[in-house]
Amino acid sequence: MFHQLTDSGAQALTLTIDGERVTASPGETVASVLLRQESPVARSTPVHGNPRAPYCMMGVCFDCLATVDGVASTQTCLVAVRDGMTVERQHGKRSITA
Amino acid sequence: MTRKYDLTIIGSGPAGMSAAIRASGLGLNVLVVDEQPAPGGQIWRAVEAVADTRTGELLGDEYRAGQDVAQAFRHCGAEYQPNTQVWQLEPGWHIYMSQAQKAEIVQADNVLLATGAQERPAPFPGWTLPGVMTVGAAQITLKVSHQIPTEPVWIAGSGPLVLLYMTQLLKAGGKIAGWLDTAPANSWRRGMPHFLAAMGSWRDMRKGYQWIKGLQAANVPIHRGVRQFSAEGEGRMTHLVYESSDGASHRVPARLLLVHEGVVPSIHMTRSLDCTHTWLPDQACLAPNVDSWGQTSQAGVFAAGDATGIGGARAALVRGEIAAIGVALRLGKINEQEADRLALPLRGKLAKELAIRPMLDAMYPPDQRVFQPSDDTIVCRCEELTAGDIRAAAKVGKPGPNQIKSLTRAGMGPCQGRQCGYTIAHILAAEQKCDVREVGFYRIRPPLKPLTLGELASLDIGDDLP
Repeated sequence: MFHQLTDSGAQALTLTIDGERVTASPGETVASVLLRQESPVARSTPVHGNPRAPYCMMGVCFDCLATVDGVASTQTCLVAVRDGMTVERQHGKRSITA
Repeated sequence: MTRKYDLTIIGSGPAGMSAAIRASGLGLNVLVVDEQPAPGGQIWRAVEAVADTRTGELLGDEYRAGQDVAQAFRHCGAEYQPNTQVWQLEPGWHIYMSQAQKAEIVQADNVLLATGAQERPAPFPGWTLPGVMTVGAAQITLKVSHQIPTEPVWIAGSGPLVLLYMTQLLKAGGKIAGWLDTAPANSWRRGMPHFLAAMGSWRDMRKGYQWIKGLQAANVPIHRGVRQFSAEGEGRMTHLVYESSDGASHRVPARLLLVHEGVVPSIHMTRSLDCTHTWLPDQACLAPNVDSWGQTSQAGVFAAGDATGIGGARAALVRGEIAAIGVALRLGKINEQEADRLALPLRGKLAKELAIRPMLDAMYPPDQRVFQPSDDTIVCRCEELTAGDIRAAAKVGKPGPNQIKSLTRAGMGPCQGRQCGYTIAHILAAEQKCDVREVGFYRIRPPLKPLTLGELASLDIGDDLP
């Protein structure tokens, strides 16, 4: 849905979203990177399984929750990207066995 | 060992930073915690990294002005702790917070809530679909990632932020497919009675006028008097449907719609502390009652900036300073005469900064439709409850927001009512044919932000706490 005006060039970081390598700029948030992907979806809801993407970008809607470096339900709009970070979209209810 | 401070400030936007600078200058031992990775709040988000870039240039002088404040804040001597979420406050004052999965309790004689504002929730059919975002969210992503919408974007809403973002977007080379302007048709006439009082802010008025002229010159399609609109799509937004002022129905392909109906104070912390609040009819929101120093009804709990009512960044800077002086007075670091002397020029400045507000509030009231969404519109995003669900529950007895919460789970999801509180209150008021201020608001309970059991277990409660 979005594209960057400037290329972060040599400073670019690499993270993975659902195993896929994507580049990011230092200082931006994970949610912001999601908005550049083919699918901006961060999670699906625990109630009806509907897809949600970042909505408010400032920590008050909780629609951008995803698993970041193994921590589920992280507010991706509040987390700055780091090189080597792993992001996984989270789907539906959490399972206690997973 | 519990860390102890004279003052803990929550939030490092304009109010939090200016309070920290002034309080440190007055010799207070200050901790500033903020959930963002860098100081600036939303208005000056990422300003240190962005101010001197091309993006900083297109965001404008008001944005770049934050750089000097952030720099002064960094050097003021206050301890600054970013990436930290506060999830509980207890009398004493004990502040429960988490950083990097580790929880901690900090003690402070005074707390200043500089938590700012959030965009007013504006429900309409389809607003939970990927592809619908707020205007503020799009502007934040411009600030942190230098990014703009790829395709011509649709915008629905009204107010200064809408005009500013569209101006910035055009300057950045973005395209606007159309703007559904939700301001009332008589917006200018509504503003006129407040025009003279606002004259002191003629620079802001001139700027607003230039934004509007710029949009017209760029031939942005402006649709006024739109009767209703919705987002449609399977799994993500693919179409915008709207009924124009002449009653004709339109269905256009659209993958991104940005909405905005003004901003409201962040009240979760003051509500959780049982601070008294007042309904501000001109801004259609609650705000904590504060005295002339920004102290709430709870001794030692101060609030400043937009968290006390929307006034904008420059007013927030002044309110932060006044609160810092108030805290110093309460601690006995300065006497009353000295506090009054320091605050005098600030009070004049604050009155000047707030002068334009009555005009803006009159010109850009929230679209009344956001308070009475159609039955099929989701109002509680977390629990996926519709306005129809709430109305059905409201028919049994005369429930308040807290009974509705128990009956339906509205407001019980991770956002804890931040996205549905006002909508539910307005729906109940309409169903019960009473004023919204009689309905009240959700009772806000900790944790104010979700935390993991691991975080909770990491808490060292020590021996020095009751």
